[in-house]
Amino acid sequence: MGLALLKSEASAQAAAASAKPAAAAAVVAFAAPRRSVSNRFRPVLRWVGFNVVPPLVTLAVMLLVWQILCDRPGATLPAPSVIWKEARDLIVSPFFDLGSQDIGLGWRVLVSLQRVAIGFGLAAVAGILMGSLIGQSEWAMRGLDPIFQVLRTVPPLAWLPIALAAFRDSQPSAIFVIFITAIWPIIINTAVGIRNIPQDYRNVAAVLRLNSFEFFWTIMLPSAAPYIFTGLRIGVGLSWLAIVAAEMLTGGVGIGFFIWDAWNSSRLPDIIVALAYIGLVGFALDRLVGALGSLVTRGASAS
Amino acid sequence: MTTASDKPYLKLDHVGKSFTRAGVTSEVLKDVSLTIDRNEFVSIIGHSGCGKSTLLNLVAGLTQVSTGAVLLEEREVNSPGPDRAVVFQNHSLLPWLSVYANVRLGVDKVFGSKKTRAERHDWTMHNLELVQMAHAKDKRPSEISGGMKQRVGIARALAMEPKVLLLDEPFGALDALTRAHLQDSLMQIHASLGNTVIMITHDVDEAVLLSDRIVMMTNGPSARIGEVLTVELPRPRKRLEMAAHPTYLKARESVLRFLYERHRFVEAA
Repeated sequence: MGLALLKSEASAQAAAASAKPAAAAAVVAFAAPRRSVSNRFRPVLRWVGFNVVPPLVTLAVMLLVWQILCDRPGATLPAPSVIWKEARDLIVSPFFDLGSQDIGLGWRVLVSLQRVAIGFGLAAVAGILMGSLIGQSEWAMRGLDPIFQVLRTVPPLAWLPIALAAFRDSQPSAIFVIFITAIWPIIINTAVGIRNIPQDYRNVAAVLRLNSFEFFWTIMLPSAAPYIFTGLRIGVGLSWLAIVAAEMLTGGVGIGFFIWDAWNSSRLPDIIVALAYIGLVGFALDRLVGALGSLVTRGASAS
Repeated sequence: MTTASDKPYLKLDHVGKSFTRAGVTSEVLKDVSLTIDRNEFVSIIGHSGCGKSTLLNLVAGLTQVSTGAVLLEEREVNSPGPDRAVVFQNHSLLPWLSVYANVRLGVDKVFGSKKTRAERHDWTMHNLELVQMAHAKDKRPSEISGGMKQRVGIARALAMEPKVLLLDEPFGALDALTRAHLQDSLMQIHASLGNTVIMITHDVDEAVLLSDRIVMMTNGPSARIGEVLTVELPRPRKRLEMAAHPTYLKARESVLRFLYERHRFVEAA
């Protein structure tokens, strides 16, 4: 979505830019081609102006206010200048490695991402299959939907004790928590997508006598893809929320445990840097799944 | 073309259809009997809501008959299949597949075991050429016009080599000029391939121009066949010559009389 927006905006800018010299060309014919060369950078500049400058200004203002509020004796939270002074190694070099627990936040994020990748990947496969079943079969929906509606309201961490009891190890338990958190929106959105397959496509499949496997691949998945990707996007956001909480309790080298560890040794600046990492990675994950979705479903919008 | 043989090709034998919704049963079609010969082009015309699309769906096997039976070459039809390919009113092309892939899907399904990969490719291209759409084979349905989509829909149906080609108001959503173009193409295809065609329409001129016989439906509920008109016009038919042809005008008049005098659509008034 972000990509599409970017593109359409850029082309709109280009159109606006090219319209100007054309009007001028009526008077000064030779000036037109030279101007269009310098105009090539104007859309880029304007895009930066529209999309990059405002958040940077907001960020600067926020940091300034924060600095003013916390830069006094007795302040409970560290000011940005203190954070920069005390946690600079964490900010500038995400991938240093100085022994078992003294590693850069980049490594920790990668460990967490690996857990999310496994848990979310399993949830995506199982969620799409379950969602297809519920969307396709009236009886499966009647039987499973009420149970799913109850289970999906259980908070992710409430599953952790059960997972620990069942797996007797923290690593699979954390992955299970990711899985169980991410799967519900995937199931529900897939089911809605399947239920919304136009009757026309079902008729086409019936006339062609597609078997259920062919129907799944050629009609069901592409037709429901926009819904499925909505579910995946919500799911990946939830898994990132859950991994931090799960790692706080299970330990290891993840970013979640780092926060817990930093809290126990009163390193508040480190925690704040970690929060920034988590936010940026979560944002990137969301955009990644969103971009993947718009890439895959480009042709799926009905016409 | 309408010579009756001993064995009917397609036979609708006292077909009736009723739908039950929320305990209320409504009868859409009642006692429809009709035989259609091989290579015959039959139009079904009637006011909206008279169940003509239901009739087509029964032949296609997309809905099941309540009473009676549909027989194709003396075998009962009760499920959809590529031997009764349908061209849907709103084209129903799969938007995520290219024009080529939409046609190829049907070709692969029907001829997957009978033809080699190269033959299936050639057959797909042949059918796209038949509807003059080979040039747009790599386009998505959203990138071509409504008339072109319908051409591809026809190519997809033809490529399955159906015993009966079913057209459900195929040109209803198109503008008059595009519609005329497609009607001419359809006439050419029918002349060269000799398909057996059932076409649903609400366009009197279209019905008279294209059909060997026109089946006129009475108004629903419980719609029946009101009248069957044989159009005794020689083929090939030329649109411009027909405009003043006495037989054409007479056929047109009798269909109009049926629709607007004897079976006036009450709700439309």
